[in-house]
Amino acid sequence: MEQFDVIIIGAGITGSFIAHSLSKKECRILVLDKNADVADGATMANSAIVHSGHDPKPGTLKAALNVRGSRMYKEICEKLGVSYQPVSAYVVATDEAEEKILNTLYKQAVERKIPAFFVSGEEARKNEPNLSETVVRALELPTTAIIYPWEVAIALMEEAVLNDVQLKLEETVKEIIKCDTEGFLISTEKGSYCSRYVVNAAGVYADEVYQMALDGFGCKDAPCCKIHPKRGEYYVLDKLKEPLVSRVIYPVPGPSGKGVLVVPTTHGNVLLGPNAEYIKDKEDVSTTAEALEYVKKNVCKTVRNIPFDKVIRTFAGLRPSSDEKDFIIEQSPYIKGFVNAACMESPGLASAPAVAEYICGTVMKEEFSFPYKKQYKRRKPMTVVRNLSDEEKNLLVKKNPDYGQIICRCEQVSKGEILDAIRRPVGARTIKGVKKRARPGMGRCQGGFCEPAVLDILAKELGISPLDVKLAGSRSVMLVEKMKEDRDDKI
Amino acid sequence: MIKYELIIVGGGSAGIAAAISASENGCRDILLLERDRELGGILQQCIHNGFGLHRFGEELSGPAYAERFISMLKETNVQIKTSTMVLHIGKDKTVSYVNAKEGYVTLQAEAVILAMGCRERTRGAIAIPGYRPSGVWSAGTAQKYLNMEGYLVGKRVFILGSGDIGLIMARRMTLEGAKVLGVAELMPYSNGLPRNIKQCLEDFDIPLYLSHTVIQIRGKERVEGITIAKVDDTLKPVKGTETDFEVDTLLLSVGLIPENSLSEEAGVELMPKTKGPLVDESLQTNISGIFACGNVLHVHDLVDFVSLEGEKAGKSAARYIRGELMTNACIKTRAGNGIGYVIPAGICVENIEDKQELMFRVTKNARDVKVALYLNDVLIKAIPKKRVAPSEMEKIILKKEELSAGEADLTVCLIED
Amino acid sequence: MELKTELNCIVCPMSCLISVELDDTSGEMISISGNTCKRGENYALNELINPMRQLTSTVAIQNAAYSRLPVILSSEIPKGKIFDVMECIKEVTITAPVSIGDIIISDVCGLGVDVIASRSMGSESIE
Repeated sequence: MEQFDVIIIGAGITGSFIAHSLSKKECRILVLDKNADVADGATMANSAIVHSGHDPKPGTLKAALNVRGSRMYKEICEKLGVSYQPVSAYVVATDEAEEKILNTLYKQAVERKIPAFFVSGEEARKNEPNLSETVVRALELPTTAIIYPWEVAIALMEEAVLNDVQLKLEETVKEIIKCDTEGFLISTEKGSYCSRYVVNAAGVYADEVYQMALDGFGCKDAPCCKIHPKRGEYYVLDKLKEPLVSRVIYPVPGPSGKGVLVVPTTHGNVLLGPNAEYIKDKEDVSTTAEALEYVKKNVCKTVRNIPFDKVIRTFAGLRPSSDEKDFIIEQSPYIKGFVNAACMESPGLASAPAVAEYICGTVMKEEFSFPYKKQYKRRKPMTVVRNLSDEEKNLLVKKNPDYGQIICRCEQVSKGEILDAIRRPVGARTIKGVKKRARPGMGRCQGGFCEPAVLDILAKELGISPLDVKLAGSRSVMLVEKMKEDRDDKI
Repeated sequence: MIKYELIIVGGGSAGIAAAISASENGCRDILLLERDRELGGILQQCIHNGFGLHRFGEELSGPAYAERFISMLKETNVQIKTSTMVLHIGKDKTVSYVNAKEGYVTLQAEAVILAMGCRERTRGAIAIPGYRPSGVWSAGTAQKYLNMEGYLVGKRVFILGSGDIGLIMARRMTLEGAKVLGVAELMPYSNGLPRNIKQCLEDFDIPLYLSHTVIQIRGKERVEGITIAKVDDTLKPVKGTETDFEVDTLLLSVGLIPENSLSEEAGVELMPKTKGPLVDESLQTNISGIFACGNVLHVHDLVDFVSLEGEKAGKSAARYIRGELMTNACIKTRAGNGIGYVIPAGICVENIEDKQELMFRVTKNARDVKVALYLNDVLIKAIPKKRVAPSEMEKIILKKEELSAGEADLTVCLIED
Repeated sequence: MELKTELNCIVCPMSCLISVELDDTSGEMISISGNTCKRGENYALNELINPMRQLTSTVAIQNAAYSRLPVILSSEIPKGKIFDVMECIKEVTITAPVSIGDIIISDVCGLGVDVIASRSMGSESIE
């Protein structure tokens, strides 16, 4: 049986940061995830903001880790070669009551040494012409940034894998028990693995994973966190001729969270959302007419002139919320060596690097005190053709003509980039995997033009029949039947 | 920078016709750029027949119609680059493209013809609630998989939207062994040709649900089912009218959108209603020397008219290059009561050779109506129509002498009884 | 006994609603109304007595840039024969090059109609 020092359950943004941190040290790491790709859960569907840290309640882990995480992101993203854009943010107030809330947020920000200042409604509209007329005052938070969440997670995992972390996808943890010798024996539907320590970063399933461990260690009745998935739905707008907003626009926060936001994305789109709705099914990322209507209604309170005819997609994501109202990051008092990184709802993304730092440097300081590796391999950032100068592009095409063959017109993605997305470590195995890494199909035609070409490239690269290419999960087949007498496997 | 007299962006039916016509009208160096590996555009996957009745007096399949035009094109001096993606068009009529052979190239054109066609509206654009599994396709993508690549995307199919592509695919998938359980149309009438309703649906007992829409998609990984519901007068679903279908595929045939991102980069102004460029009588856009034709200008029902429009644009570009076109469109056209849009948006009477076509769509189905033309509130023409429908493009041909030379408004109205 | 049928004409966009009365023993037309032209009358009668259809599909093609070649019939066939002809078409694999109009299956299902290539396709190794 394979023996590891640490098994991380969950390859979302939290698990990826932890795997990346540990990959710098001399230890054997395994990451397990039930999905077909890294970053397919909460990391795949959120507001993609590195919040400045102004919002969480004082004294919480959320506050401490968000503030710290937001300060770590820039350097990490630069090192990984992924996008990070400090676009700033306005929290906007439309009446006196809301202005009071702004004052509280301002005080919190100042206490946390987060840059923050007030601007009048008028001045705010000068900077953001589409801000609603009703906005009377705004709190600017210039350190607010936007990232491309799954790009970060994939890059982290890629670098971790380059440095000998093992990643096993489509493996669902079924049992966690004591190992014969020491530590844990974790079984999935495909295999069993031993490790000295376990980090539970299983997103909406963190409670079930922890309960599994409690059961396996004979502490069935010990208190366990309970995750109540909270769904948020969004609209995605096409790239616009004139940007709708250049900053993140927050309403004042309410009891159910930060409210419905308007968020520029790293690729020039705009996100509108989310709502917040508790649901039972942990896989229910379906959208509803009611929630999208709610988003539409509320988003118009802060921003006007929203071109809803430019919506190119709607989606829903699940936040791993809990009754605790804070992250649960601790070594289980009942199972030595078992660490929970649970209830990582917002600001989970913004906090993730700090969560990894906190676990490796504080919570498990002694246990994870493996020596640092002498050599650390850096990932080679993906070549993004659309970001190169004309000379650079032509040099590249001369070397590799695949970079001159554009597959996706809307996002200007070349065949070379798609091949790179498939061939690199933690490479894409599905249509969605390619889309997450290289963006074909992310644009206004949503893959109508390029999807057959992407499917063809995937089949050839993976050496499989086009009939076996999946959209995402193992049952998400694309094509169901090949026409008769068509013996050739090409499409 | 290498210079061309004319660069045509898009080698589908509009671009090919434009290239041939520009060549016939005296353009010397013409470059036609096409993103796909062969010319013909969407026609190559439209293997059904019915193309060319106006043009050739016979019914051809899409590929056959394309082949006729491509053969004509090959007789001309037009330079063709396939597998070449245009990435940018500048206000100054520079055209940047890329292909695997030459890499990234920028050229200077005297005139540019936009002929990029259109794209299909997607699920995202109409925000159908539910999951995002595989098995939801725009009808054209499914058509490409089936007719070009030889793969069926599903075995039990429901179709949203009764546009012609959806109807054609209902028949096509049925012939290939799939079960099509129904077609839902949001409007109380179909947008497809009556012939397609008859021969694609009725022939195969496929029910058409008018005033219905899909309100739910089930299946976390692959489509497992959908729910449709009746809609009220405001097009909102009515509670209690839901019907479930167990299907593995939902095809969308919910409209086409002119593909104008390149046009917008060039500073071309668009008409909100058509989402295509605002053009004058010569199909010239607000950017002098940039012309538009075919589905990039407005979505057509018949390819024959796309070819005609392409020819007009080709001829206009040739005239422009010779310095024969004026750009003072004194007459502004307006879509009056019952009319969705009118093309051209402006008319410079001096540019008209002898006749000028007005193309428009009505906003509702009606019988025994008149289409009236007012020049500055003076009725100049009233044409009786037995039947009009939003799904069918209408044309009126005006003689040059019917139009005044000075500033004027030309309004098209639909008059019932 | 007479049999009255109503059908929407598909000859032109007018979509006339045509009523036809046929004698159900002789099959002869007793009356026709609603149509506005002779073509409509012909259509209605054919549609009631012996509906004919064009059929287009694809056949497998090897040694070409695509794996399917679009095909069409040299003339219309009885509506009831569509699926029989489809079965024949599905069995066929041909090799490029092919020219438009080439006969792919002659006298398909003994109907006196040929299945013909509806485009040309050169022989080309696949990428």
